[in-house]
Amino acid sequence: MADYSIQELMIIAAAREIADGELVFVGMRLPITAYGVARLTHAPNAVGLFECGIARYAPATEMLYTMGDPPNQLNAAWSDGLVPVMSQLQRGRVDAGFIGGAEVDRYGNVNTSYVGDFTKPQVKLPGSGGAADIAAMSKRLLVIINHEKRRLVEKVDYVTSPGYLSGGEARKAAGLSGGPSAVITDRGILRPYGPDNELHLASIHQGHSVEEVIENTGWDLQVLPTMDETPPPSDKELAALHEIDKDGFWH
Amino acid sequence: MQDKLCALDEAIAEHLPSGSSVVMGACLEAAIPFAATYEIIRQGITGLEAIAPISDASCDMLIGAGCVNRVTGAWVGNVSGGLGHNYRRAFENRDEAAVKLRDHSNFSIGMALMAGAYGMPYAPMRSILGSDIIKSNPEFLEAENPFSDAKEPVILVPPLIPDVTILVVPRADAHGNNHFWGSRGVAQEAALAAEKVIVLAEEIVAPEVIASDPSRVLVPGYRVDAVCHVPAGGHPSPMTGTWRRDSDFFNDYHKRSRTVEGFAEWLDEWVFGVADHAAYRAKLGAGLGDLKITGQALAAPVNYAAV
Repeated sequence: MADYSIQELMIIAAAREIADGELVFVGMRLPITAYGVARLTHAPNAVGLFECGIARYAPATEMLYTMGDPPNQLNAAWSDGLVPVMSQLQRGRVDAGFIGGAEVDRYGNVNTSYVGDFTKPQVKLPGSGGAADIAAMSKRLLVIINHEKRRLVEKVDYVTSPGYLSGGEARKAAGLSGGPSAVITDRGILRPYGPDNELHLASIHQGHSVEEVIENTGWDLQVLPTMDETPPPSDKELAALHEIDKDGFWH
Repeated sequence: MQDKLCALDEAIAEHLPSGSSVVMGACLEAAIPFAATYEIIRQGITGLEAIAPISDASCDMLIGAGCVNRVTGAWVGNVSGGLGHNYRRAFENRDEAAVKLRDHSNFSIGMALMAGAYGMPYAPMRSILGSDIIKSNPEFLEAENPFSDAKEPVILVPPLIPDVTILVVPRADAHGNNHFWGSRGVAQEAALAAEKVIVLAEEIVAPEVIASDPSRVLVPGYRVDAVCHVPAGGHPSPMTGTWRRDSDFFNDYHKRSRTVEGFAEWLDEWVFGVADHAAYRAKLGAGLGDLKITGQALAAPVNYAAV
């Protein structure tokens, strides 16, 4: 096995979801690193957007703790307000957006608001931020989450960020196009499939088994006929990642 | 023009009575007026409505200190640590939540403040369609787009008109005219929507400095009610060209606010234990100096000559 961590594989898998020339809501941590890898490999003309009001070509070169940090302002393509930048979602310009979450369900709905009944929650999570907007209006939603039974659930307690809602045509009926195209976990990649738009296992990462993935999923996860192993990082992809993650934070 | 310079404690005492609605953290994670957060807690102001898309730990502190009983926001927590412990305690294991929450997304709060700023009766939007935000916050109205031939659902967002918006800026003059650069979140909408605006300036400059570049003005002085000279007024949040983010401070707060007792000790140390923001800066000592941005990446000058 080549020398890479599971987080590094997830970053590279996420980078592969960005096509050249696309406009992408990036987010912090893992997705921003993925955006950097995509720019250095197959998507040199991708553009990254940040909710605080920033658009960037090349990602920041210094470590970011939040998207508003000074390194993200330096040499930005655009540094303006939340409304002009996030409006591009409603305008239909945004190709893809990354979000994380506490829970995702079989139709790709994401919860970052309340565990339990929202009127009397067991756990109060921080809330949407821009995730609801990104999920509703990006052409493709990409979700990054750790693959645990308590996180990949049959039905989320609260839909902060809509996936395919109750499945099938429900999302369209709610007035939304787009929808989740991949859920990238530390065990594999799930994608919507069939008329129900239910998440299926599309690939598993090296060292994991289908049985193990199913066991750690909160619904009866179906496997795509084309299911395969997630292609391991190429030398080029790893070199790009190491160029960005000089201190080996993700290694 | 009127001189609006005053001390921060005077500005808060005069313009922010208990029960006010207040926007703090309009720039999202940057330029959050933490100095005002501390002063509000010190003065024991209560019954506030905290409005912000993402206000990092500021809102969590105000909730824990008992200053806030209503939150209108998209995200409340601690960006470094994730969850906000005081925020959680206000909701969990209780018969009734200690704060009333109006759920928003970042964009819907932008739309609500824009509607407030522009005098719009409401703002139509689409990007919270499908989200349970429209269920847990019953103020949003679902409607049909009257201009569309096909059936097209829209959400109508009522305007937000805050009593006060508090901003941190790199420089202002004594009349409240100010410059801001870097991403500004919803700061301009929040300032234009609010009944009153308080500006915390890193530096007070001559009026000619602000007048030399009117396109960099965040909100003109005639809309500002008080301007306070508060260096590092946003600490521990960052601000373009002046301060880096003090992530260790956020992490320490996150760790210590895990328990009610730990939070009380934190408050005693960093809020009640210091007389004012100058004493807070002195307590931070050399650590604060390390966060100061000393490099230069100057923008090219622009020409406003009229002839």
